[in-house]
Amino acid sequence: MLTVAMPKGRIFEEAVELLRKADYTLPPEFAESRKLVIEVPEENMRFILAKPMDVVTYVEHGVADLGIAGKDVMMEEERDVYELLDLKISKCHLAVAGLPGVRMNQIAPRVATKYPNIASSYFREQGEQVEIIRLNGSIELAPLIGLADRIVDIVSTGRTLKENGLVEFEKIADVTSRLIVNPVSYRMKDEAIDRLVERLSAVIPQ
Amino acid sequence: MSKKLFMFEKPLGMRDTLPFLYEMKKRVRQAMADEIEKWGYEFIETPTLEYYETVGSVSAIADHRLFKLLDQQGHTLVLRPDMTAPIARLAASRLYKDGNPLRLAYNANVFRAQQHEGGRPAEFEQIGVECIGDGTIAADAEVISLMIAMLKRAGLQHFTVTIGHIGYVNALFLEILGNEERASVLRRFLYEKNYVGYREHVQSLPLSSIDQKRLLQLLSLRGCGMMLEEAKEVIHCEEGKRAAEELAALLRALGMYGVADAVKFDLTLVSHMSYYTGILFEVYAEHVGFPIGNGGRYDDLLEKFAHKAPATGFGIRVDRLIEALGESEAEPNIECIVFSQERFAEAIELAAAKRREGKRVVLQHISGIRDIDAYSKRYPSMTYLLGSKEKE
Repeated sequence: MLTVAMPKGRIFEEAVELLRKADYTLPPEFAESRKLVIEVPEENMRFILAKPMDVVTYVEHGVADLGIAGKDVMMEEERDVYELLDLKISKCHLAVAGLPGVRMNQIAPRVATKYPNIASSYFREQGEQVEIIRLNGSIELAPLIGLADRIVDIVSTGRTLKENGLVEFEKIADVTSRLIVNPVSYRMKDEAIDRLVERLSAVIPQ
Repeated sequence: MSKKLFMFEKPLGMRDTLPFLYEMKKRVRQAMADEIEKWGYEFIETPTLEYYETVGSVSAIADHRLFKLLDQQGHTLVLRPDMTAPIARLAASRLYKDGNPLRLAYNANVFRAQQHEGGRPAEFEQIGVECIGDGTIAADAEVISLMIAMLKRAGLQHFTVTIGHIGYVNALFLEILGNEERASVLRRFLYEKNYVGYREHVQSLPLSSIDQKRLLQLLSLRGCGMMLEEAKEVIHCEEGKRAAEELAALLRALGMYGVADAVKFDLTLVSHMSYYTGILFEVYAEHVGFPIGNGGRYDDLLEKFAHKAPATGFGIRVDRLIEALGESEAEPNIECIVFSQERFAEAIELAAAKRREGKRVVLQHISGIRDIDAYSKRYPSMTYLLGSKEKE
C-alpha cells in the first residue's frame, strides 16, 4: 500500500484533478471531507491531508511514501527526499515585492517572509545584508504598516499584491508542484511507485 | 533552591541510553559482532579524536557537520565522523604491509553535528567491516553477504539492499559530457535526489537527442538483474561496460552466497560518501524512513595515507536497526535478594552461588529501601532473607 501526503488548500484540488485524470478512482466526497486520513482500498492507497509546509516532513520521515509539495516548500525545507516529477500544477513564482518607489532602508533593511531560508540565501547571494522577519501569513501587511520594506512571497495572479498597492521587484524562482518520494519507499516499493509515476507522467500538462 | 541552567540538558543531538534500550542494543550488537567474527574479521578500536588535517579532511562528511576542537598545541581535532577513514589510516600505517588482504571490523560511536530538528542523534553507534587490499568482486560479494547475514542474525526480516556503481555513472557522464566539470553538475542533481532538475538540465544541454535520451535513461536503470543488460547497452566506453559487467559478476556471486533475493540494483544511487569509487550500496528496512546502513568500494582512500590499496566495507547504524526491529518483549532476567543485617553473610553466599550459575543477581540491604512495594515490582523474582535465622 502507498501512503500519499496531500497538501491542504490551494494545491489540493488541482492535485486531485490530476490523479483523477490519471485514472485513479477517488471517492467523490474526497475534497469536502474533513478527515485527515482517507483510505482508498480500490487503489491500495491511503491519503493523508497535511499543511503544505509539512508534506515534506511526513515524506522525509517515511510515514508517507509519497507527497505532493510545491517547489517553494522544497527550496525552503531542503529535505532528503526524491523529487521525481514536475506535476506542472499550481504554477506561481517566488518574488520580492514592496511598495512602489520605496527604497530599501539603508540603516535597518528588513524583509518579511514565510520563507526565511529562501529569503536569506537570496539576499546573501546578492551580497545584501538584511534582517529576515518570519511571518506565518498575510505577508503583504508587513510593508503597509512599516514592519519591512520588502517581502518575499509566492505570487500567482498578482491580485493580492495589486489590491494592497504592492508591486513585484524581482523574481526569485518559478514554482510548480512536485511529486516527492521517500528514499526508502523509492527502493522498497519501487514497482508501485514506478507505476504511479508512469500514470501521472502520461497526464501532466505540457 | 536555585536551579542550574541546563541541569538536565545535554548538548544538541546527544542522548542517554537507559537500561531498556541498552539491553536491546547489547543483544543486537552481540549477535552481529558474533557473525562478523565467524567470517574471520578482527575487531579493532581507534581514538575518538583524530586530526582534522588527516582523518577529518578525507572523511566524506561535510565540514559543517564535523565537531571540531583544539588540542593544547592549537591543532584542530575532530570527533571521528565515520570509521572508514580512521581504519584506512590505521591500515596504511600499521597493518597493511605485505599487500595481502586484511579483514578488520569495528563497533564504535561516530559524531556528526545535526542542523535540522534538534532531537536527531549527533552521536550514534555503527558496526561494520572493512576488507582492505582485495580488489576482487568476490570481496564485494563477501561484504554484502556478510551484511545480510548480520541483519538476519539481528532478527531483521524485511529489508532490501540496493546496489549501484559510481564508476558507471561517472563513465556515462564523462562519455557524453566530455569533461569532469559538467559531469559534476549532473552528479549533484542525482546526489540531491532532484530528478526534475536533472531532466531540465539534460534538456538544456547542447546534446544530440540520442545522448539526451541516454542520460535520461539512467534514471530508469533500476530493478533486478535484467536491468543490467540494458545498462550495458546505454553505455559505450570500455570503463562503463566494465562497471556493468562487474555488477553482473557481483549478482552471480551473490547468487552463490544465496542472497541474490535480498538485493536490487539502482544505477542512480550516489552516496553522500564521496570517497566511493565503484560498487556501492545502501540497505533499507520497512517502517524506517532512512537507510539503516551503507557501504561500498573505496579504492583511492588509502592512497591519501601514502599506501595505495583497494578496499571495500560497510557500516550499519545500530540505532536505526533497532528502530526497524521494534520493541522486543524480552526483559532482562534480574533476580533480587533483600536481606537484613543478621543474614548479610548468608545473602552474600546465596548471591555468589546464583552468580556462579550465570544468573544476574541484585543484593540489597533492607534498610536501603524506602518503599518495598514499589521496589519489589521492579524485579521478576524476589528472595527475602530477613530477621534472625529460623531453625529449619
